[in-house]
Amino acid sequence: MEDRNVILSVKDLYVKFRVRGRELTAIRGISLDLYEHESVAIVGESGSGKSVFTKTFAGMLERNGYLAGGSIEFEGKDLTKIRRAKEWSQIRGSKIATVFQDPMTSLNPILTIGKQITSVILRHQNCSEGEARVRALAMMKKVGIPHAEARFDDYPFQYSGGMRQRIVIAIALSCQPKILICDEPTTALDVTIQAQILKLIKDLQKEFGYSIVFITHDLGVVANIADRVAVLYAGQIVELGTTEELFYDPRHPYTWALLSSLPQLAQRNAKLYSIAGTPPSLYSEITGDAFAPRNPYALKIDTLKEPPMFQITPTHFARTWLLDPRAPRVEKPEGIQNIHEKMMNSLHVSGGQVREN
Amino acid sequence: MKTEKKTSVLPERGPVDEKGREILLSLKNVDIRFGKGNSSAKVVKNVSFDIYRGETFSLVGESGSGKTTIGRAIIRVNPCSAGEIQYKGVRISGKINQALERQVIRNIQMVFQDPSASLNERATVDYIVSEGLHNFHLYKDEADRVRKVEHIIEEVGLLPEHLTRYPHEFSGGQRQRIGLARAMVMEPELVIADEPISALDVSIRAQVLNLMKKFQQERGLTYLFIAHDLSIVRFISDRIGVIYKGNIVEIAEAEELFDFPMHPYTRSLISAVPIPDPVLERDKVLLTYDPAIHDYTADQPRLEDIGGGHFVFGNEQELAQYRTLRAKGELPQWRSAESADAENEEIPAKRTGRPGRRGWRMLRRALLALAGILGVCVGLFLIFLLLAVI
Repeated sequence: MEDRNVILSVKDLYVKFRVRGRELTAIRGISLDLYEHESVAIVGESGSGKSVFTKTFAGMLERNGYLAGGSIEFEGKDLTKIRRAKEWSQIRGSKIATVFQDPMTSLNPILTIGKQITSVILRHQNCSEGEARVRALAMMKKVGIPHAEARFDDYPFQYSGGMRQRIVIAIALSCQPKILICDEPTTALDVTIQAQILKLIKDLQKEFGYSIVFITHDLGVVANIADRVAVLYAGQIVELGTTEELFYDPRHPYTWALLSSLPQLAQRNAKLYSIAGTPPSLYSEITGDAFAPRNPYALKIDTLKEPPMFQITPTHFARTWLLDPRAPRVEKPEGIQNIHEKMMNSLHVSGGQVREN
Repeated sequence: MKTEKKTSVLPERGPVDEKGREILLSLKNVDIRFGKGNSSAKVVKNVSFDIYRGETFSLVGESGSGKTTIGRAIIRVNPCSAGEIQYKGVRISGKINQALERQVIRNIQMVFQDPSASLNERATVDYIVSEGLHNFHLYKDEADRVRKVEHIIEEVGLLPEHLTRYPHEFSGGQRQRIGLARAMVMEPELVIADEPISALDVSIRAQVLNLMKKFQQERGLTYLFIAHDLSIVRFISDRIGVIYKGNIVEIAEAEELFDFPMHPYTRSLISAVPIPDPVLERDKVLLTYDPAIHDYTADQPRLEDIGGGHFVFGNEQELAQYRTLRAKGELPQWRSAESADAENEEIPAKRTGRPGRRGWRMLRRALLALAGILGVCVGLFLIFLLLAVI
């Protein structure tokens, strides 16, 4: 990992929102380095701040939100210092692009597909209209649109859901961005289409060399696409590590809970595992560990003092007092020990998935 | 008079099959068409299956495959264009008398995908839950109704004080609990759950599924579970039916379906589910189904039992192959037509129709403009004439 260059460096970021006279802290001190050509998955429940976090460096934070501290370094520039919309437009779309969840809402329904791709190219690259059309067509072919010339003048409603998402990806990649943010791009799609879109994003990464920040709540998708995973809870990264470390050697009780709720690990006719309680309110100040009230392994100190980030390996970090040398030894729950063997057992005979001709 | 009444009321029990299982619901060669004449589309084609009492039967397929349409046909929202649906051996599709229809409505309840769209946002939870009780007078007096509603709302894990609130005051998971309470208060025998957890957060899904399981164990409910996500379906269903473009391509018990998926579409669907294990997911082979591998020109395909209640859709030759392979405990060789993965997605039809329509629009616009100019000319002429006369 050391030989790779850091492309985006977020340090101790705080994001707050003003909501009807009250203050909500959505991001509570996130630090994360994004390397070149890697893909980082961000997982967490809804409301954990996954989307807000990526919006801060895509320049798409809502009006009532503001950065309350920290820095975001990108190409020698601190993005938190940007005040004017014009400066953002040089970065957003051309250097940092986003693919959203619902392809129908991110495309303009009354413009043709071709127009929507060329307008982005014309805006960010100095070229003629004819040149933009050629580039747009090349992009459409790259993302796997059959008969691109014939479909160039079609409207979004004439495309299927998977094709629309391919177009959104084509638009996002048309300016060769350095970072591609994928905000649950496959949640609205069928599993068969999802598999194709994930493959497309990975294949194009080899060609374009962008870094991926992938927001999802599906751990299967994480296993498919990510090199590293950041687990978010109540606006903080509670665990960060390579995908293997996170699945095979998780350290934070919240990660344990997420893995335990995988349906693939469930026993037939037994209760499915569910995490008790609800995430904390972000309106009030959180003392101690935010996950403590829902954590069956909580220690007394969890309610008093916020745990620091403990380092386990050069790439693996977790924010839990259980890693403190003074803490009692706690093993991860039985259900997720030897997760790889359990998955093999649960799936070994499932013909389509593992056993192949 | 008396005989008519007898046919209108549902029997206590449905017919029993050769294995002694009670068939609660039976679809027999059901076709469903949308639209009329040449522009009609057959979205459900010759679908037949049985649901036994007390089981969870899941219908899995991608969007547009017709799974929701089947669910809606059972509760008589979509009419069948051919075939019939039987509930406890009594036909409930097509024209039926009012008494029977009321019984069907009471006995078959539905839970919807989007809990915020399926609850009346201007009604209190109390009204939403007791609306069915009102319609069927299922309570003795007001006190009895309140008791019933409070009981069910506690059963789904909410509190009686929530009854005076409105749906928007609840989270997604709580709303789905209200949807469940609304169905359960009618004491149904069959519940059709149309993607009840797809709109929910991962951590909430397990809670709602556990709740559904609890109701099934306590009341012996039967579920028809409609879903597109195979990973959860596997652990909650007794039997699974896979549907592709209006055809049921495979029906089997859950474990059997995952152990011996025979139809290529089922296998592609299973292979598409991402495995939450980085090593397994990396080594996984993604199978892409191409309907062109079947040659159904001479020999029409049908859904047939290949042994042990495992039904597969295929023609004579394919079915014979599936049977021998299943007996040996093997899987068929994967057949794939050479094609890029993207090419499999449908290319919308009627590309030829569009320029014509655009031509029409332009013609109409031109005509309108012409009419406008003509109108102005006539007007000016009249004014001129008037002035001349004066």
